Amino acid sequence: MRGLHQRLGWPGAVSLALILIAFGMALLAPWVAPFPDQGAGAPSIATKFLPPSADHLLGTDHLGRDMVSRVIYGARVSLSSGLLIVAFSLLIGLPVGVLAGYFGGWLDEGLMRITDVFLAFPALLLAVLMAAALGPGLLNSIVAVAVTWWPWYARMARAEVLALRGQPYVEAAQLMGVGHPRIILRHILPAAVRPLSVQAALDVGPALLTASALSFLGLGVLPPTADWGQMVDAGRKFFPERWWYSAAPGMAVFILALAFSVLGDALRDRAGGRRDGSA
Amino acid sequence: MALLDIRALSVDLPAPGGAIHALRRVDLTVTRGTIHGLIGESGCGKTMTAMALLGLLPRGADIGAERFLFDGMALRDVASSLRGRRIALISQDPAAALNPVLTIRRQIDDVLRAHHDLPRVARDARAVELLAATGLPDPARVLRSYPHQLSGGMQQRVVIAQALATGADLLIADEPTTALDVTIGAQVLALLRRLVQERGLTILMITHDMDVVAEVCDSATVLYAGTSVEDGPMSEVLTRPRHPYTRALLAALPDAGPPGTRLAAIEGRIPPPFEAIAGCAFAPRCAAAQAECRLRPPPERQDGQHRWTCLVERGTDDQAAA
Repeated sequence: MRGLHQRLGWPGAVSLALILIAFGMALLAPWVAPFPDQGAGAPSIATKFLPPSADHLLGTDHLGRDMVSRVIYGARVSLSSGLLIVAFSLLIGLPVGVLAGYFGGWLDEGLMRITDVFLAFPALLLAVLMAAALGPGLLNSIVAVAVTWWPWYARMARAEVLALRGQPYVEAAQLMGVGHPRIILRHILPAAVRPLSVQAALDVGPALLTASALSFLGLGVLPPTADWGQMVDAGRKFFPERWWYSAAPGMAVFILALAFSVLGDALRDRAGGRRDGSA
Repeated sequence: MALLDIRALSVDLPAPGGAIHALRRVDLTVTRGTIHGLIGESGCGKTMTAMALLGLLPRGADIGAERFLFDGMALRDVASSLRGRRIALISQDPAAALNPVLTIRRQIDDVLRAHHDLPRVARDARAVELLAATGLPDPARVLRSYPHQLSGGMQQRVVIAQALATGADLLIADEPTTALDVTIGAQVLALLRRLVQERGLTILMITHDMDVVAEVCDSATVLYAGTSVEDGPMSEVLTRPRHPYTRALLAALPDAGPPGTRLAAIEGRIPPPFEAIAGCAFAPRCAAAQAECRLRPPPERQDGQHRWTCLVERGTDDQAAA
């Protein structure tokens, strides 16, 4: 097997590794975090506002909690909200796009105009409004972002389906009397899901960034649950004297979002043609 | 009663700046248990006729007909419900008609499931039986195959098996041999012939290939510019063509003249489909045309089963040449 770096290039391979490490740490947080109870939210006033040291690599926060543990626990919320936003969006966008593309006509018109209405709002503004209306909380913030996210998938799915619908084998199946539900399940969905799932995987990064933005604005997860956006916000009050409080979760968001972006570029390059012949 | 009974079928498609006369006047009668050829050059309306039969005309198409009957039912109303049930299509490119990432078994099973309420085991048995009926050796292996693992001829047989799976009594074969090489094409034609005899199917064979027509068809209709100009038993149409267009078409076959001579060609070109034609559509290119030919529709003439539309009265081919 060829090395990953040959398939994706070094930046892509490193990004993939970072993303996998982040997922691994999130999953295994109780075991990899140096202070699991503090990561989960237990205060430790005696150790408050310690600067980075050997014991606390990223220092401690205003309640004396180890920032490394907090960031690792925060990864759980951030990654799962990124994943769930994309999943919810697919759940709505895929059927909408497939139905609109496959059946066309007034159904297409109706569904796509609804989609356009959602696209007409600035995404972040709509997400903020939704989150404010729904109130804080992990699930609510996920729903709020998903509401702005699904129209893109609906449009992508529709475009894929439009191309597939004209395939001679789809028309042949229709001519042989095979019903629409079966044709969609057999010929349309599997072929449309593939490009969409690649896009969805790459969207986890931007989605998590948006979710972090909401919680930074106080519209996301509530303390004591660790969340990167909300931690950056909490640290703001003590910035710049206790810079590590905001910097640690901020860097985590930054690195992860960057990794998703770089990986996305690497995959796009790979899909779009072999630049250097090594792939 | 004829399975297909069509009289004066016309189809106008809406277009900016007036309608496109896709079909101007088509008469078509197909008897049960026969293979009927629909002959003509590109753009003459062969495929449009098939689409009309399948109820697949573009939105806004204006259909007119004195009679448009399938098995006594008005096709205008029932075409879309008969499609895939009693009328099935065999397309010209079997490789494209099969999904490359699904096994043959899935693709035949989907059709069987759509038409028969059978348990899975029975459907599998039926699929094997249908593939065997199309002359495929080792049907069980074919069922497990993907389309790319089969040759073009085998793919066409699979598509024919699908068409049989629908239980349709009329198969529309749209140039079923163009994608195949000549020997395989001949085998597929022989298969269609056999299916007509053994299963009582009726086939409407759309083609521009006179050899195909001569080989398998019992009767044929010649189309020109959306108009049926001649119709009759195969032997009559091929050996004693009455319409000047059919004559010119047959004279243009490569082996019609002695070797070494230039191929005969029909002067001029087909009238554009948006043009209104008052008289005979072929008149501008017809050697025997008279002034009146362009002014009013040609009368229908009949000699037994043989029908054609031409103003100029003629006896047999020899007399016309004189």
